Amino acid sequence: MNTAEGFAEGHRIDAAGARMGMWIFLFTEVLFFGGLFLIYTVYRVRYGAAFLQGGRLMDTAHGIANTVILLTGSLTIALSLALLRKGKRGLSLLAQGLTVLLGVFFLAGKYVEYSAHIGHGLYPASPVLLGMDKGKILFMGLYYVMTGVHALHVLIGVAVISWTILLTARQKITPRDTIKLENTGLYWHFVDVIWIYLLPLFYLIT
Amino acid sequence: MAQQEIALPNISYRTYVLVWIILLALLAFTVAVAELHLTGLLLLTSIFIATLKAGFVAIYFMHLREEPWVLKGMLFFVLFMLAVLILLTFSDEWYREG
Amino acid sequence: MADTETRPEAPPSFYQRQGRSGVLLSWLFPTDHKRIGIIYLTAILSFFWVGVVLGLLIRFNLIAPGRFIAERTYNSLFTVHGVIQIFLFIIPGIPASLGNFFLPILLGAKDVAFPRINLLSLWFYLLGGLLIVLSVFIGGGPPDTGWTFYTPYSIRTTANVSLALWGVILLGFSSIFTGLNFLTTMHRLRAPGMTFFRMPLFCWSLYATGWLQVLATPILAITLIILILERFIGIGFFDPLGGGDPLLFEHLFWIYSHPAVYIMILPAMGVVTEIYPVFAQRTIFGYKAIAFSSLAIAFVSYAVWGHHMFTSGMSDTARILFSFITFLVAVPTGVKVFNWIATLYKGAIRFGTPMLFALSFIFLFSIAGMTGLTISTLSLNLYLHGTYFIVAHFHYTMFGGAAFAFFAGLHYWFPKMTGRMYHEKTAQLAWLIMFVGFNVLYFTMFLLGLQGMPRRYFQYLPRFHTNHVISTVGSWILAVGLIMMFGNLIRSIFKGQKAAMNPWGGTTLEWQIPSPPPAENFATLPVIERGPYDYSRKK
Repeated sequence: MNTAEGFAEGHRIDAAGARMGMWIFLFTEVLFFGGLFLIYTVYRVRYGAAFLQGGRLMDTAHGIANTVILLTGSLTIALSLALLRKGKRGLSLLAQGLTVLLGVFFLAGKYVEYSAHIGHGLYPASPVLLGMDKGKILFMGLYYVMTGVHALHVLIGVAVISWTILLTARQKITPRDTIKLENTGLYWHFVDVIWIYLLPLFYLIT
Repeated sequence: MAQQEIALPNISYRTYVLVWIILLALLAFTVAVAELHLTGLLLLTSIFIATLKAGFVAIYFMHLREEPWVLKGMLFFVLFMLAVLILLTFSDEWYREG
Repeated sequence: MADTETRPEAPPSFYQRQGRSGVLLSWLFPTDHKRIGIIYLTAILSFFWVGVVLGLLIRFNLIAPGRFIAERTYNSLFTVHGVIQIFLFIIPGIPASLGNFFLPILLGAKDVAFPRINLLSLWFYLLGGLLIVLSVFIGGGPPDTGWTFYTPYSIRTTANVSLALWGVILLGFSSIFTGLNFLTTMHRLRAPGMTFFRMPLFCWSLYATGWLQVLATPILAITLIILILERFIGIGFFDPLGGGDPLLFEHLFWIYSHPAVYIMILPAMGVVTEIYPVFAQRTIFGYKAIAFSSLAIAFVSYAVWGHHMFTSGMSDTARILFSFITFLVAVPTGVKVFNWIATLYKGAIRFGTPMLFALSFIFLFSIAGMTGLTISTLSLNLYLHGTYFIVAHFHYTMFGGAAFAFFAGLHYWFPKMTGRMYHEKTAQLAWLIMFVGFNVLYFTMFLLGLQGMPRRYFQYLPRFHTNHVISTVGSWILAVGLIMMFGNLIRSIFKGQKAAMNPWGGTTLEWQIPSPPPAENFATLPVIERGPYDYSRKK
């Protein structure tokens, strides 16, 4: 496929190229999280029993609730794009707003969860944790790092969607030029996919 | 004048909602499977179901279905490489003495 | 600075056009790929010299047994030397400077796919460099872990490890975004008629490199972030005291750092592949073989990292597997060498400076490659790991290979970037001195390694003395050659003779636009009807 689409005579948008760039960025994120998944896999195989015990320290209901929140957030942002394409700017803004709200709920939930664990003395290098066996220490460490890095990505996503809300309201994102919203959607869906994998790894080990 | 090159076709709201329902169903399924206490197979089964979910998100929500083969090929390549890295690491992990 | 050509209707060069912002802002926040390339080039070569000085200090310490420099300082010397030469010189090296400048032009495009992300890459590079420099001077002192940051020492040492790590992480993101940009550029911005198989082979090498940058670097990023977390909150993934495994750090580190060496060498091979057809005035032999071999090298390079860990305690199964796969990666490299030589066969060879560097590249990289086969042989590696044999091997690959190719590209594209010619005789002499100095400096290290001299040792037994003296003298000869080369290039920027549009008789697109190029590169969209190395129609 060879094209001259990007040869800027006048102002032309190469939406397919912009999407490709976003996908490649997501590939880097796959490898970024992939390193963490590699570490998890190694230690899970090595300390299987301890990981099972670690799983009991987790609040499964919380994990499931968080999954529902993020899955719904994927729906709302996908709808926001479809709505905007059909010219329904107001509804699109509503859908984007809902996505932000869901993201904030997720983060609030994480705060509650972490506080509970920290309250029980379960945080990196805590005396309580260091008194446990190796596998448990590693499990909790992986829990904090993996869900923490993920939560950071959720936070960034919330900020970026807030920005697309502004741009949509100001008609800088229009039904004919939705690329910024499309790429933001791609990022948000990716964050959802990571959580889809984190759920069984931490919350559904019994 | 701004043009959209290779604009993605419009997807119906219904499709998105349907996929969402499927995802929630798969979530329920994952939780149910976890209750079965499969231990050894649990990790693989849960990863498998998670991959199904991820697939739905990628194909429908992320519009991978409508993207050209170049992009689909890239994604498969990336996932393949990640698998290679994990597998090769395990050539050490599984066979280490002591 | 450099002038445009003297025709009155010629557009101003990219050095001069400013747009709406003033001169300062247009050079602080450029989005023109050529300006970005020039800024990268200046920064990269400056850091190279810092690394050279550190290297000279290391060699000076080793000129006699016994100690001149304190142990911890010596450890910091080779650590910072490695970090700078690897992360600030040779990895960004060709892609960020020559790649940025020439990729769009070679494709017939106005710029890269994402010019503002290109600017972001540049700023990440500069900030990363700043953090590394800071880590040398403030507080706990420069890192003393080796550029490999092995745990648990890197977790325990009070040196400025975390600051340097943040710098490296930023540099990693710079590299990632450059790769992302180049990949998208090649997929989307080729001129009409330029299929993938009509792209110049330098572009193919940047394509393969792009996939390495994009997929390998993120693993380094997360690993170093975890290392920082280990130092600050005691996570414990790589620390036995926290239940972790230092060997896992080594795996993750080398999962990046092996593909990284191919990030260093693939663009270098791409540069010399451009030079051979021009300086033999013949089309390249085996275009598709060279293109596919770049992809093959990139692909296989992901699967060989364990050969850095043969003595670390890995399983026998892993060691045999990695040794075998490492042998495989030599095959596509050999394919390239044979195609280059076939390109030169019966060509009208001119020994201009770019060609001298490009030819010596084959010689030096072949030594590198063959000694690479030696140390990928598991049984031999058990003796040679951690000795000067390794040090010699990687300097032949990175310096004799990648850096010499970089210098080849600098001379080859100098007239296009500056509009002037360097002084040819001085350049040739500089090359000769560098070539002699390089081999005296580094070949001796093979002998030292075989004799059993360990690396990263600040002193040694008397029986190694003679070879160390020879090696250090070699470093001085090399330094003289480098000074001569840089002096020539810098002087020629200001005082060199005006260069023609196509002084070498090349056939790729950059030789059809003015020297230096105007901001938009091409006045009209080029339409491509043939391959990039068509010498059949030469007048």
